[in-house]
Amino acid sequence: MSFVTIAYAALFYVATVVFSVGLLNKVLQFASAPAPLKIPTMPAPLTRIGAAGRVTREVVLFESLFRSDKWLWIFAVLFHMGLLLVLLRHARYFLSPVWGVVWDAVVLIQPFGAYAAFAMLAGLLLLLVRRVVLARPRYITNPSDILLLILLLGIALSGIFMTFTVHTDIIALKQFFVSLFTFSFQELPTDFLLLVHLFCVAVLMIVFPFSKLLHVPGVFFSPTRAQCDNAREKRHVAAWAASMDAER
Amino acid sequence: MAKFEVPVLTMSEEPARDIPEIQAGVMAHSRPFLAKPEHNKPLGFPDSLVDHWQEKALERMGSLLKRFRSLRVFLDSCVKCGACTDKCHYFLGTGDPKNMPVARQDLLRSVYRRYFTLPGQLFGPLVGANDLTQETLEEWYTYFHQCSQCRRCSVFCPYGIDTAEISMAARDIMDHVGYGQKYCNEIITKVHKIGNNLGLPGPALADTLMGLEEDVHDETGHDVKFPLDVEGADVLLITPSADFFAEPHVDGLVGYAKVFHQAGVSWTVSSYASEAANFGMFIGSYEQMYKVANRIRKAAYDLKVKRIVFGECGHAWRVAYSFLNTLAGPWDFLDKDYPVPQHIIEFTTDLIQRGGIKLDRSANENMVVTLHDSCNVARGARMGGVPGGQFTLPRTLLKACAPQYVDMHPDTINDKTFCCGGGGGLLTDDLMELRVKGAKPRVEALKNVMTQAGVTHIASLCAICKSQFTKILPYYDIEMDAVVSVHGLVSKAILLG
Repeated sequence: MSFVTIAYAALFYVATVVFSVGLLNKVLQFASAPAPLKIPTMPAPLTRIGAAGRVTREVVLFESLFRSDKWLWIFAVLFHMGLLLVLLRHARYFLSPVWGVVWDAVVLIQPFGAYAAFAMLAGLLLLLVRRVVLARPRYITNPSDILLLILLLGIALSGIFMTFTVHTDIIALKQFFVSLFTFSFQELPTDFLLLVHLFCVAVLMIVFPFSKLLHVPGVFFSPTRAQCDNAREKRHVAAWAASMDAER
Repeated sequence: MAKFEVPVLTMSEEPARDIPEIQAGVMAHSRPFLAKPEHNKPLGFPDSLVDHWQEKALERMGSLLKRFRSLRVFLDSCVKCGACTDKCHYFLGTGDPKNMPVARQDLLRSVYRRYFTLPGQLFGPLVGANDLTQETLEEWYTYFHQCSQCRRCSVFCPYGIDTAEISMAARDIMDHVGYGQKYCNEIITKVHKIGNNLGLPGPALADTLMGLEEDVHDETGHDVKFPLDVEGADVLLITPSADFFAEPHVDGLVGYAKVFHQAGVSWTVSSYASEAANFGMFIGSYEQMYKVANRIRKAAYDLKVKRIVFGECGHAWRVAYSFLNTLAGPWDFLDKDYPVPQHIIEFTTDLIQRGGIKLDRSANENMVVTLHDSCNVARGARMGGVPGGQFTLPRTLLKACAPQYVDMHPDTINDKTFCCGGGGGLLTDDLMELRVKGAKPRVEALKNVMTQAGVTHIASLCAICKSQFTKILPYYDIEMDAVVSVHGLVSKAILLG
C-alpha cells in the first residue's frame, strides 16, 4: 500500500471522527442549554408545529435573508443549493447500486449535480468579491472568513476540473472509499487534483465543528426562530432558576 | 441647543435604505455614567471594578453560556454575512461601524472565541479571537450601551441572532465585575426601595391620583375614580410610573380610568408595585428581573384582585407577555377566564367590540394620526389571539378614536419598526447625542408622512418612546406636542355617562 493511500485513509478517519464527535458535542451543548425566557422574534407561530414550519422555511428558503438583502439571498442560494445538489451527486461514490429507489434518485441527480457545481462556484466567487469589495462586509470580515471561502473554492474548482477536463479513476476512488468502511484498504488514485480535492474536504470536515459552519446546527436551535409564542399561557422555569420560587 | 451635529434628514422616499458610509470611531466617546457604589450595592453587584476582573468576567460568561441557549447558539452561529449591517438605527444614525449589529456582537464574540473555543486559543485574531483587556472592557461599556435591545437585527438575521441577548449578557457580565451603568442600576434600586422607577412614594402617588380625579370631574362632570391600594378590586393596573407624572403619558392614564369607569370594572393601582417597567431586562439580570416581577405577584395577591392589566409600556409588555408567567407565575389565584396579564389595548378593543364603550371620532377631528410600533411590543410580545395582533389592535383602536389614520413607510412599521432611539436603558441625558442620532430613521419616516400625508400626531404605546420623542423631536423641528398616548386619544373620544 502506498504512503499516499495510508495518509489519506488516516486523514479521513480522523476527519470523520472530529466532524462527528465535534458536531454531536455541539448539538448536545445547544440542546441541553436551558431557555427559560421565551424570545421568539414576534410575530411567531402559536404552536410548536408552526415554529417547526418557520425553521423549515429558514433552512429551505432562507426566508429572513430574503427580507433582508435580495442580492445576498441570490448569492447564498446559488452556493447552498449548488452545494446540496453536488453533495447528493457524490452519494454515488459511497453507495452500492443495490439500494433501489435511493439509487434511482442518485442516478437521476447526476447531470444536475454536475452543473450545479457551477452555481456553487458562482455563488462562492460572488460571496468572496462582495466580502472584499463592499465596505460593511469587509469591516466585519476576519481572515478565517476569507480562508473558508478559499477552501470551498478549492474544493469546487478541483471537483469541476475532475468532472469536466482531467478525469480521475473514479472506479478506483470509489473502491478506496468503500474499503474504508470495511478496513480492507484499496489503493487511492494519486492524481494531483484528486489529492487536493480530498485534502480540502478533510480540512473542511475538521474545522466544521469549531467554526462559523456551526450555523448549520445553529439555525435549528435558534430560540428566536424555533420557539413558539406560548409564554403567556405556559411557564418555562429552568432548573437553575426553580429554587428562586421557594424564597419569594 | 446641541453640542453635536443633529443628523440632516434627507427626506429619502425609502427611510430604511438611507445608509451612511462607515466612519470608524465616531461614537467612541459616547458612554453613559458609571454606576456608583450606592447604585451597585443594593443590587448585590460589586461597588466598583474588582481586582482580577478578567477572571471574574470570564467566569460569569461561562455561567451565562450554561444558563442561556440563546447566548451559546448566537455566539457560535454568526457567519458574518452582513445582512444585519444596515438594520440598526444607531448605525443608520451615526455611521459608526461598531453599531452594526454583527460588529457589536463581535465585541463579545471575539472574547468567547479566545477563551471558550479551541481555534480561538490556537489561532487568535486569525479566527476573530481577541484577549480580554481593559480596552475591550471600555469598548464593551461604550458600545453595549449603544444598543437599545430593540431586536430589529434579529428579524433580518438568517439565523435569528438577536443582538439584544448579546448586549444583555455583556451588561450582566459588566455588572458582575462592578462596571455597571448608573441610569439602570439607580432605577432598579429605586424600585426595590420605593416601588417605582421615578421614586414616587405612596403619599405622593395618592395625591397625584386624587388630583386627577378632580381634574377629570371638572372637565367632564363625571366621577371617574383613580383608586390606590383598594383591596378586592377586579383589576390591578400595572402601568409605567411616567403615567402618573408627565405629558403625554398622563393623558393615557386618564384614558384607562375612563375605560374602566365606563365598563363598570373596579380597578386599583398598587403603591407597592406602582411600576410596569422592569429594567432588570435591560441589564440582562434574570435575578433582578425576577425580583421586580414578583412585586407584581405580591401586590396582586395582597390586594386580592382577579385580573392584571398592563398600561402602555413597551419593554414592560415584553416582560409581562413573554416572561411574567415564568418569573412570577403560576397565576392560579387569578380569574382563569382572562389572559394574565392583559394589555390595556386588548382590554379596550375587546370592550369596543362588545359594545361596552362608545367612541366619538369627532373629538379628535383635527388630528391625522400615525402609530409608532414600539420595538418590544412589535418584536417581543403579542396582543390578542392571533400573531400580529400587536400591530392590528392598536391601529384598530386609533382608527376608532380618530377620523384620519396614516401608516409610515412599510419598512419602518410592524416587525420592521425602528426603535425610538431611547429604549433598552439608554433614556438618560448622558446619552443625548446617541438618542438624537439614533432617532433619525424613525424621524425620517415620520417627517415623510407629515409632509406628504399631513400627519399631525404620532401615537405611542410606550413610556420610553413617549419620553424620548417629546425630548428629541424638537431637535428635528417637530413640536413635542405631536407625541400622544394611544389612550390619550381614547380619553378624548370616549363617551361617558
